[in-house]
Amino acid sequence: MATLAPTQTLDLTERFPSAVTPDARPGYSGWIVNSQNLVEFAATLRDEFGYDYLSSVTGVDYLPEGRMEVVYHAFKTTGGPGVVFKVQVPRQDPVEVPSLISVYPGVELQEREAWDLLGIKFVSHPDLRRVLMWEGFAGHPLRKDWKEPYFEEDVKPLKNRWPEGRIVQAESKNPFGDNVAYPEGFDPDESQFDPEKALYDSLRKCQVEEVGLKSDHLLVNMGPHHPSTHGVFRMAVILDGETIVSLKPVMGYLHRNHEKIGERNTFLMNMPYTDRLDYLTSMSNNFAYALAVEKLMGVKPPERAEYIRVIMAELTRIANHVWAVGFLLNDLGAYFTPMLYGQEERELILDIFEAVAGSRMMCNYFRFGGVARDVTDNVLQKIKDHAFERLPRKVDEIERLLADNEIIRSRGIGQGILTAEDAIRYSAAGPLLRASGIPYDIRRADPYSIYDRFEFDVAVRQNGDIYDRMMIRFDEMRQSIRIIQQAVRGLPKGEIQAGRPQYTVRVPAGEAYGRVEGPKGELGFYIVSNGKPNPWRYHVRAPSFINLTAFEPMSVGQKIADVVAILGSIDIVLGEVDR
Amino acid sequence: MDTNELTSPGYEIPPEAQGTVAITTIDRIYNWGRRASVWPMMFGLACCAIEMICTAASRFDLSRFGMEIMRPSPRQSDLMIVSGTVTKKMVPTIVRLYNQMPEPKYVLAMGACASGGGPFKEGYNVVSGIDKFIPVDVYVPGCPPTPQALLNGLMKIQEKITNEPTKTARWYQKGEDQVSIPIPILGPDLIDPRKIPQIKNHKGS
Repeated sequence: MATLAPTQTLDLTERFPSAVTPDARPGYSGWIVNSQNLVEFAATLRDEFGYDYLSSVTGVDYLPEGRMEVVYHAFKTTGGPGVVFKVQVPRQDPVEVPSLISVYPGVELQEREAWDLLGIKFVSHPDLRRVLMWEGFAGHPLRKDWKEPYFEEDVKPLKNRWPEGRIVQAESKNPFGDNVAYPEGFDPDESQFDPEKALYDSLRKCQVEEVGLKSDHLLVNMGPHHPSTHGVFRMAVILDGETIVSLKPVMGYLHRNHEKIGERNTFLMNMPYTDRLDYLTSMSNNFAYALAVEKLMGVKPPERAEYIRVIMAELTRIANHVWAVGFLLNDLGAYFTPMLYGQEERELILDIFEAVAGSRMMCNYFRFGGVARDVTDNVLQKIKDHAFERLPRKVDEIERLLADNEIIRSRGIGQGILTAEDAIRYSAAGPLLRASGIPYDIRRADPYSIYDRFEFDVAVRQNGDIYDRMMIRFDEMRQSIRIIQQAVRGLPKGEIQAGRPQYTVRVPAGEAYGRVEGPKGELGFYIVSNGKPNPWRYHVRAPSFINLTAFEPMSVGQKIADVVAILGSIDIVLGEVDR
Repeated sequence: MDTNELTSPGYEIPPEAQGTVAITTIDRIYNWGRRASVWPMMFGLACCAIEMICTAASRFDLSRFGMEIMRPSPRQSDLMIVSGTVTKKMVPTIVRLYNQMPEPKYVLAMGACASGGGPFKEGYNVVSGIDKFIPVDVYVPGCPPTPQALLNGLMKIQEKITNEPTKTARWYQKGEDQVSIPIPILGPDLIDPRKIPQIKNHKGS
């Protein structure tokens, strides 16, 4: 389990006597930094203490206390527990915090998200636009005093949906009968709407000096409806001929308000919602969320449940990677043939999920302190057949089909390079980071659950190009198969749930950050509880979203056709990018 | 329509032509052809899109229904499978795509979100079902619907096509054949142009 650095072992107050105080609130850990000293503090933390990887940035709105807090989680890429530090600012307009983009460029999109959803203004951020909602949207939705059009009550379960036996729908309470609300005195005829202007301005800012013959630049929008953007992702690019001059990812087309809904739900109600984050890897998402809440509750699942969790998480990784490789090949033009090879394996793994959890994709299988259902002997036999017989053979087969293909080699090798330094700076995670030569895998670096018991290698490749990012997925699948083999052999008999399963869990006040090495990278959940049945803050550190920070530097200078392949090699899922 | 039914329609056919001549109505033969080559738009929104891809792939094999040709361009497709949560930010694009599709066109709302908002209905960026903007022919429940459920929905579309009389269909009439829907605007919140008078009224009250 990801444990944060205890206050005793790392004494930052000695280094910064006036700027840093330990966070003494019960249930909290880490350090509170003065907002004026934040940049200096972060630079020292990175350069002197070695916390070179800033994984998560988020804000918390403490409305009753009248302040906002920005929470940072930093780790070392050499492994070990991380450090959490916070900045507290009074809750007045504007809420201003210095931007850390000069120290950790990976915060770019995360700071924009905090600005968009919480209205925290990061001073000196070069491109502070809304990222998930559109420019011009009224309000910052994650603020606790912001109510959505269908607002009924602050927390669930809603008290009475059936007054006097008649069902009342949210539509009937809204003046427009729809999920919309407008500011006081709003007149659509007198207003101008241009949600795209800020984006195009920011794109044009990045244009470079022209050398040689003058040529016109062309602005191209790819998406949100485009067959190669893996969903409703959009990128706006400026082209010089075929070469990318500047590129901006545009997301939010699948922003489903996961966090706002999650802060209203009870803790257990959020479990099925996590399935729908990265909908290809629901088991992994369940895992991270369960870890975070278990850390707050202080429960530990029984042995059998731990083993089942590991088996399911690793099967998920294989199912995700065959899909990712298949889609990368789609993007490279091998229309659907390699995809079908991968799909076959994924379908067989989905059969296992359906047998244990009842659903192919949305498994909703983990519970706090265990799993929902036991694995029967039949299913176990099926998993064994897969892990020992079929999967090793099939992974080899798909690799044999693809690895030496001339087109894949010539389009993949040396294209879309992300150097090791950049990968760390941009907070890239998962296969994207490891393909750049950084052997950072949370299962090894900061082991959670029972991963410290298994023998496996951290897959790593050195070149950081499209080809390596494809090949590392084969390496990872092989390691996952090894883990499943060991876990199936070691699976003990016994309980699958610690204590009685219950609908409403008691979670003591405090904060927790639970993270797992998901198939796409570090998936973290930052949860703040105030002792009530609902989380006060529920934040997802989504690897797909943060990996896109590195998309622009990887793409500039490449041809437009390669950008599609670079995006395919990052392997994003829009449910997780936009949440 | 099986071959037997076609070649022995119950009319008097000269003996030398029997078994080689088929008599049917325009509606039946035309709709039979139409329903067996519905081209869906390659258009995924969210989780349901994954199940849609699974439906198209080898195990569930959409090509059994003549639907394996998914067109990325709306101008070449007959069927829009709205596969996932419709957000306010996305809905202008969806309406635009719908307007670009040529008639006759069909819409299938796949899953709980596209049908009515689903688990995300209360969200501030979520549209409570695509039918608030474009007409839907078939709703498929589920979260996400299994490939079998989607296939069932597609067969319902086929049923609908089979029973459509050519004579009275809107898109075969003279005059303007396309119903285009005003594109929603992204203002301080989503603005449906059809509701602007109502919004102004509300301001007055």
